[in-house]
Amino acid sequence: MIKPDSLLEVDRLSKRFRSKWAVNELSFSLSPGSIMGLLGGNGAGKTTTLSMLLGLLEPTSGSIRLFGHDFVKNRHTVLHRMNFCSPYVDLPQRLTVRENLRVFARLYGVDNSSARIEELTADFRLLELMDQPIRRLSSGQKTRVSLAKALINQPEFLLLDEPTASLSPDVSQWIRQRLRDYRDQTGASILFASHDMREVELLCDEVVMMSHGRLIEQGSPQDLQDRHQRGSLEEVFLALNEQGGGA
Amino acid sequence: MNSSTIGRISALLLRYFFLLRSSWPRLLEIAYWPTVQMIIWGFTSVHFSNSSPELTAGGILISAVLVWDSLFRSHISYTLSFLEEMWSRNLANLFVSPLRPWELILSLATVSMIRTLIGMVPAALLAIPFFGVSVFELGLPLLGFFLNLVFTGWAISQAVTGILLRYGLGAESLTWMLPFLLAPFSCIYYPLETLPGWMQTIAQYLSTTYVFEGMRALILHDEWKPDLLWKAFFLNGIYFILGLGVFCLAFRSARNRGLLLQSGE
Repeated sequence: MIKPDSLLEVDRLSKRFRSKWAVNELSFSLSPGSIMGLLGGNGAGKTTTLSMLLGLLEPTSGSIRLFGHDFVKNRHTVLHRMNFCSPYVDLPQRLTVRENLRVFARLYGVDNSSARIEELTADFRLLELMDQPIRRLSSGQKTRVSLAKALINQPEFLLLDEPTASLSPDVSQWIRQRLRDYRDQTGASILFASHDMREVELLCDEVVMMSHGRLIEQGSPQDLQDRHQRGSLEEVFLALNEQGGGA
Repeated sequence: MNSSTIGRISALLLRYFFLLRSSWPRLLEIAYWPTVQMIIWGFTSVHFSNSSPELTAGGILISAVLVWDSLFRSHISYTLSFLEEMWSRNLANLFVSPLRPWELILSLATVSMIRTLIGMVPAALLAIPFFGVSVFELGLPLLGFFLNLVFTGWAISQAVTGILLRYGLGAESLTWMLPFLLAPFSCIYYPLETLPGWMQTIAQYLSTTYVFEGMRALILHDEWKPDLLWKAFFLNGIYFILGLGVFCLAFRSARNRGLLLQSGE
């Protein structure tokens, strides 16, 4: 269902690799200022969807409208208004945290980049890490730097691929709080791919559940639990997968 | 070229500058190989100058080594900078940013030119006191020879980076192999007539052949043949378009197959 005031409108988006449909007729929309979780098991099509929304992957069919633009045809008109973070994509390892942030600030055309880097340094507690090369950082520290990079241009649309994967619960909680704060302060929209149901439940206003490349359920975490009379998103997801043949 | 484009290109230049600054072996390596090559061929040249002076007249061997190396250096510098992005799994960060593919190409070419000059100039300068050979005496034509070989290097690099995007790091060895495939046909150290007929046919389609034929004419016979240089520029124009075509096709294919997010070690 496409809402007229949406920041992102995905309509019958599909991607086929050889004979397999990785994403099949996926439609959803994202309102400005909301956090949406893209939930699904392994192979559900989350990363494929995210890749298409980032312009890294050409859809087989369907459309993506972002900020009112046809993203598939004109992604360069809006790429400066979005950003991305994933533990599976690294920043240049030999460069220090400060050097990385300087490079990406320039790449995104950030005005007054020194002030922005200082701000992010404080927000993400990076002061002591600024002159360390990325390769010497722990997973948690790397994630903080990647998030700082993802927010360098104050994106209106932020895409995250399992940003808390392999992090300790306290660091994960801290990152979730930072993301919520960012959304509250800027009104940005966040799309969050994860298979961590609990995390999505804690962070997201709305959830899109995927299985085998298809959307199987959509709504707020509470709505979904009420609708399916379950105590958690995980139970909802498991029940849906049982009905649909498993993830 | 607007200010955003210049900003994005300067961002990548800054990235490669930081990389070089962080690793002295990388910095040393830029000038190391051309200098070692020049020294080895310099002594070979000294040896031949006693037995067969016609082989080394006017410092032809050392000049040929230095000029040929500008192709190899420009290609390696371009491709290695691209490989750095693959090795560090940073390509996805670049391609989701507002950076356009042609801006990446322009950045890589600029870095390549800077690195080639850093590598070649010290070697060329050292050849003067060591062996009494100055390639700079070739004058303005030297710039023509140099630019032609740099363009050939970039044309090869565009094709190689395209193949790397499409086939991943498994194709990395092409980086070192491809320039050497051209070498036997390019008549670097011998005239075109030395080659057998079928090789001469291939050599005639290579810009590098005209560069080295032109250089030999200038050094050995003091004869400046601009037509050879223009032929080389013309062929390089074709190679450059072909290389760009391979890169664009490979980029499209990689985007279609979802390889941009996965590229890396």
